[in-house]
Amino acid sequence: MSGEQKQKKVALIASQGTLDWCYPPLIMASAAASMDMEVKMFYTFYGLPVLTKNFTAKVAPATNPAMPMKMPFGPKWFQNINWPMPNLLTGLVPGFESVATGLMKKTFKNNGVATVEELRDLCMEIGVEFLACQMTVDVFGYQKEDFIEGVTFAGAAAFMDYASEADVQLFT
Amino acid sequence: MSEIQIDKELDCRGMSCPLPVLKTKKAVSDMTAGQVLKMTCTDQGSKKDMPSWSERTGNPILSSEEKEGEFTFWIKKA
Repeated sequence: MSGEQKQKKVALIASQGTLDWCYPPLIMASAAASMDMEVKMFYTFYGLPVLTKNFTAKVAPATNPAMPMKMPFGPKWFQNINWPMPNLLTGLVPGFESVATGLMKKTFKNNGVATVEELRDLCMEIGVEFLACQMTVDVFGYQKEDFIEGVTFAGAAAFMDYASEADVQLFT
Repeated sequence: MSEIQIDKELDCRGMSCPLPVLKTKKAVSDMTAGQVLKMTCTDQGSKKDMPSWSERTGNPILSSEEKEGEFTFWIKKA
């Protein structure tokens, strides 16, 4: 950081737990920390499981109609086809989410995107602080042992105190 | 760019955002002031990301080049 500048602070709320939605806050947090900013992420509601051990996220195509449905293998012309998926299929066919999740993970891997777990751990390594929403922990019946090392348990007021002095605040 | 003395090389080819920036940050952290890192990547976004990163962190980009889909940056640790 250039010496005379005050260190920038970033406050991020992560409230989503689908595979696709785990990425945006972690990408922003890692970029900010890489740029010498202080970063705190408040994981709440469905975002909370991201901080647990053995976390595996899935995509939910039924509620994300804009999600591209492309195949991560085969010739280029085949990979470029965006398959039309009626909601009846994405929402009701058993196992569709698992298949779509597998294809999405393969697509990310093919494009050199880190996994959610890798990105989370890299964030921690470069100093991003993870706050687990105590209320969500209590409501959904999590135990402290369910969480990865280094997580801080805090409430909304503690986060807002930090956020009120942050230069960047993002809700995801 | 052979005239620039390189102290460390980082290969980020094939990696997507935010990995090139993140790995660069980690690499620079392990270096001493004045040393030069040569980072190569294929992420199109790095054309904008690396100058922003450099501006924000104060580690200057001495030189950069784009060749056959690869982007190379020579970064000096401040």
